[in-house]
Amino acid sequence: MRAPSSILPLALVEVTFAAGGRTIVDAITCEIGPSARTVIVGPNGAGKSVLMRLCHGLLAPTTGRIEWRGAGASAVGRRQAMVFQRPVMLRRSAQANIEYALALHGVPRRDRWALARDALGRVGLGHLAERPARVLSGGEQQRLAIARAWALRPEVLFLDEPTASLDPTATREIEAAIDAIHASGTKIVMTTHNLGQARRLADEILFLHQGRLVERAPAIRFFTSPATAEAAAFIKGELPWT
Amino acid sequence: MNSLHEAFAQAAALVASGDPALVDIVLLSLRVSLSAVCIATLIGLPIGAAIGVGRFPGRRALIVVLNALMGLPPVVVGLLVYLLLSRAGPLGELGILFTPAAMVIAQSILILPIIAALARQAIEDAWTEYQEQLRSLGAGRLSAAFTLLRDTRFSLLTAVLAGFGRAAAEVGAVMIVGGNIDGVTRVMTTAIALETSKGDLPLALGLGVILISLVLILNAAAYLTKEAAQRRYG
Amino acid sequence: MDVIRRFLAAAFGAALLAHAPAFAQQKFITVASTTSTEQSGLFKHILPIFEQKTGIQVRVVALGTGQALDMGKRGDADVVFVHAKPLEEKFVAEGFGVKRFEVMYNDFVLVGPKSDPAKVSGTKDIVAALQKIKAAQAPFASRGDKSGTHFAEVRLWKDAGVDIAKDKGPWYRETGSGMGPTLNTASGMNAYALTDRGTWLSFKNRGDLVISVEGDKRLFNQYGVMLVNPATHPHVKKDMGQAFVDWVISDEGQQAIAGFRIGGEQLFFPNAAP
Repeated sequence: MRAPSSILPLALVEVTFAAGGRTIVDAITCEIGPSARTVIVGPNGAGKSVLMRLCHGLLAPTTGRIEWRGAGASAVGRRQAMVFQRPVMLRRSAQANIEYALALHGVPRRDRWALARDALGRVGLGHLAERPARVLSGGEQQRLAIARAWALRPEVLFLDEPTASLDPTATREIEAAIDAIHASGTKIVMTTHNLGQARRLADEILFLHQGRLVERAPAIRFFTSPATAEAAAFIKGELPWT
Repeated sequence: MNSLHEAFAQAAALVASGDPALVDIVLLSLRVSLSAVCIATLIGLPIGAAIGVGRFPGRRALIVVLNALMGLPPVVVGLLVYLLLSRAGPLGELGILFTPAAMVIAQSILILPIIAALARQAIEDAWTEYQEQLRSLGAGRLSAAFTLLRDTRFSLLTAVLAGFGRAAAEVGAVMIVGGNIDGVTRVMTTAIALETSKGDLPLALGLGVILISLVLILNAAAYLTKEAAQRRYG
Repeated sequence: MDVIRRFLAAAFGAALLAHAPAFAQQKFITVASTTSTEQSGLFKHILPIFEQKTGIQVRVVALGTGQALDMGKRGDADVVFVHAKPLEEKFVAEGFGVKRFEVMYNDFVLVGPKSDPAKVSGTKDIVAALQKIKAAQAPFASRGDKSGTHFAEVRLWKDAGVDIAKDKGPWYRETGSGMGPTLNTASGMNAYALTDRGTWLSFKNRGDLVISVEGDKRLFNQYGVMLVNPATHPHVKKDMGQAFVDWVISDEGQQAIAGFRIGGEQLFFPNAAP
């Protein structure tokens, strides 16, 4: 497989998003580079999910710019994928759900079956390939969503609270799948409000509070010596969850 | 309730007799209404999907109009098609007035808004749920519309059945464009109207019982198929 | 697996079946006629004889006389077979019909409830009977649909010196529908009604209704038949249509009409000019 040039880094310049008279993301400027696992944390309502959708391209910023600055940025739509907190599965088999995504990305019909099987195997769902996707459990559906995104061979994978509604066992399985994807060379950008998960997965932390990027730091430093009072309060569990 | 009792006895006797004239009438009813459902489905589902997923000026007005057209009076549709297909009308050259083809056209027009409007609602509801996911996977509106048509197939079956029920039950349109010609365009509903006007109420009611039973059987079959499939696909 | 797909396949098959017979080449003509001839069963009796002889299928669309003539005017029928002489003559005079032939007659009867609230039974005088109904304000159900029968009824009221359009009260109900539905209405509300004898004899939901007045010469009901003018409507199947007209007024056709009976009673009396 030839290695196409990278779409990264991703640059946000004074990005603001407002809806219904409320500013949800407030003048965020930052650059996200390759390789590290970037985890966006912050209390509920900090604007994490909206920021994720802005980066993925589902929402357009009210003001400011989002730029993919890598040499391969012209094909950015096909080089990054997203996994939602509640993924929507089509009424067809697990296998067919992945083949559907592959078809949308222009993968030739003859290659789809094998690529889908491979992706299912990597998240441990190979034995459920022919099972209708909608009757799978919540954890299985989330792993299927990850497999579906992964099958597209994205350079960047966004995950929005991928374990928010799952039990601990399912959560561990998802985290293992995320690790495996990262190990295969995919850049991970995810949100979570679960600090334990952030500690386990993050290489670097972006801390959001009330729509603003308050602190950005390598994970170890963020958890041991946060630079801002808000971050310190958040780590101690003192910030209100509103 | 003597006459009700008599009607059911009549219905049973009619079915038991296997009268070939009755069989022809039943088969013609099914052919005409199923053809109309087929045509209205092929046209109505894409229309419903397009309105459900699309964003264009006048969309809300179009939805209101479509919903209102669900209540189209069959007689008005019949008259309209009659004037179109009459020799003195714009499509008179076809020479298909008073044929089953004319009846299929009238019923298709009658049920098209029903199927399109119910499909529109189902697709739009699903679109709310699927939109982000499908856009994220890279689907455009057109391909999303087809995906939704397939994924809402169980709800769409209900729309199609509603259309069939309306087609099978209406008498006003087929009476006008078919002419209720014995052996050519006589269907269950026009036969019922005829027997009513001849004062043979038990026979009319008996035919009605058969018609309702047929529609019931078809609906039950469709419902059971749908339920089994839905249990499988979630 | 796919419910919709299977359903569509079935519907497609059905669609093909539905259209095959419609477009099959078949020798047939379309006759616009009245409910009285169709519903009495006359056509069921005579048409098979004609079809057997000529191989021409006759498709009858039964409407009120006014509508049937209108259908001929629009060119949607090849032959018109109705009962309202003045309207028929106008139809021919305006160039819509070729030539009118008298075929047969039957008669109208006045039916009413057994209790006879207007005390009209026993008389043969239809005009006097109508005057009594009006005086007693007894319920009367009228077709009110511009049919041949309605036309005849309005003429009879006129003979009775009643301007029904002006003098009608709540006792006079216009149903605006065919003979059968009007009789159903009359039966339901115990009203008097004017009906052709054929429809009455084959009508089953009589309730308390019986014949009150019959046999008056003014109740005579003449039927006529005419080919729709091919000069006005070139697509008219003039040879087959004329063959039907000729047969109906031929000895054979006339005998077939005379041979039609319900419960031993002859309904239509052939009187074509020889």
